[in-house]
Amino acid sequence: MTPDGPAREQQLLTWLPRLRRYARALAGNREDADDLVQDTLLRAWSRPGLWGGVADVRAWLFAILHNLHVDAIRRSKITTVPLDEHTPEPPTPARQGERLAVLDLQGALDLLPAEQKEVILLVALEDMSYADIATLLSIPIGTVMSRLARGRERLRSLVEGRAEPVRLQVVK
Amino acid sequence: MNPNDPGVAPVREAELHAFIDGQLTSERQAELDLWLAQRPDEASRVEAYRSQKAALRALFDPVLDEPLPARLAAAARPRRQWHSLPAAAGFVLALLGGVAGWALHAGLTPAPAALAAAPTSATATATAAARASAFAQRAAIAHAVFSPEVRRPVEVDAAHEDQLVTWLSKRMGAPMKPPHLQSLGYALEGGRLLPGGQGPVAQFMYRDEAGQRLTLYVSNEVAELASPAGAASGTAFRFAREGQLNVFYWVEGRFGYALSAEADRNALAAVSEEVYRQLAAR
Repeated sequence: MTPDGPAREQQLLTWLPRLRRYARALAGNREDADDLVQDTLLRAWSRPGLWGGVADVRAWLFAILHNLHVDAIRRSKITTVPLDEHTPEPPTPARQGERLAVLDLQGALDLLPAEQKEVILLVALEDMSYADIATLLSIPIGTVMSRLARGRERLRSLVEGRAEPVRLQVVK
Repeated sequence: MNPNDPGVAPVREAELHAFIDGQLTSERQAELDLWLAQRPDEASRVEAYRSQKAALRALFDPVLDEPLPARLAAAARPRRQWHSLPAAAGFVLALLGGVAGWALHAGLTPAPAALAAAPTSATATATAAARASAFAQRAAIAHAVFSPEVRRPVEVDAAHEDQLVTWLSKRMGAPMKPPHLQSLGYALEGGRLLPGGQGPVAQFMYRDEAGQRLTLYVSNEVAELASPAGAASGTAFRFAREGQLNVFYWVEGRFGYALSAEADRNALAAVSEEVYRQLAAR
C-alpha cells in the first residue's frame, strides 16, 4: 500500500532530526548539512512512485543523502580552481615533531576520507548493521568493515596527535 | 592462533570492530571477551574505539534537539500537483509549441480580447522590442556574473529570507517576495540588489539539486515595455538565448521579470509558468 501525502510527510518528519545529525557530522557545518538534508527531501518528493516499494524509509533517505553528498564532493572537485604560479603560497608548517598537534574530534573527522567517515558515522550515530550499511552504500560488506577499521584507527591517531596512523596488521 | 586459548579461532581486525558494535553472535562476543582479557594492548585499542564512538554521539546528538529550520519543514511537506492544473498545462504546451509572444490573461482564463494585438504604431513596437531585448540581455549578464559564484552567490541568503524580502522591497519600492520553486526542484539560495539602467534591480538566485543555478531578475524600469493597452491586457512572454543561457522574460504591471538558466527551454518554460502563477496569485 502506498502511503498518502500526509503519512509520507510524517515519515519524513520522523527521520528529519536523524538525517540532520548525520549530515552535520558528514558536512562539518550547519549550512551545508541542512542544504544536503533539504535536497534529500526534495529528491524524496520527486520520486513519489518509489515510496510504495520502500520497506525501510530510513535506509532509503540515508541512501539519497549519501548519493547527493558524493555528487557534491565530485562537483566541488571540478569547480576547484588551481592556484597559478603567481599566487603566493601560504607558509607551510614544518612537518616534524612540533606538528603533532592534538585535533578536536570534529577537526579530525573532517580530515578523514568521506568514504571512511560515512561508515564510521552510520555505525556510531545510527547503530546500523554492517549489512545494512553495505546495502545503503552499494559496497560489499568486507569493504564496510575495512573502511570502518581504517577510519577508526586514522581518527584515533589524528585525535591523539600522532603524525601518521599506525599501520594496521592482522591480529594473531 | 594463541596457545593460551586453544578453542578460540583467530581474531581478525574486523571482528574487533564487530565486537565493539555488538554485531557478533553472543558466543563469539564471549570468546572475544576472554581473548581481550589476555591482551592489554588490543584491549586498550578496543577501549579507545569505544570511547571514540561515544564521543561522536556526544558531539552530534545535540543536533537532534535543535529546532527544525523552516526551510526543512517546508521541504518535508507534500509537493502540490501542478500538472493537475489544466490552465497551467495548456500554457506550457503553448510554449512547447514555440508560440512566440503568447499572450496570457492575468487570471489564466482565455481572453480573446487580450490575445488580439492592440493597435500600436510600428515605431513604438520596435522601440519596445529593443528595450525588452536590452532588459533580457542585462538579466543574462547578471546571471552570468553571479551564478558561478561559489562562496558568495547572494548578498542575503535564503536562511534570512525575511530580511531579504524587507530589504529588497524597501529598495525596489514594492513588495519583493521570491517565488518558491521547490516543487520544480529549485531551492532559493537568496538574493542581491544590482544597479539597473536607472535604478535598483533585484536578483533572486535558486539552485537545483545538481547545483545548476537559476536567477530571477526583477526590474521596475520596463513598465513602458508593457503592451500599450496597459497591464490589464495580458502578459507577453518572450524568449531569448545568450550562448548556453536561456532567458524567459515578460512584463507584468510595473515590473519586468527575466528568468535565466542553462536549463533547457522546456524546463525553463515550466519555471516561468510557475513564477508567473505565484506572482499573479499575490
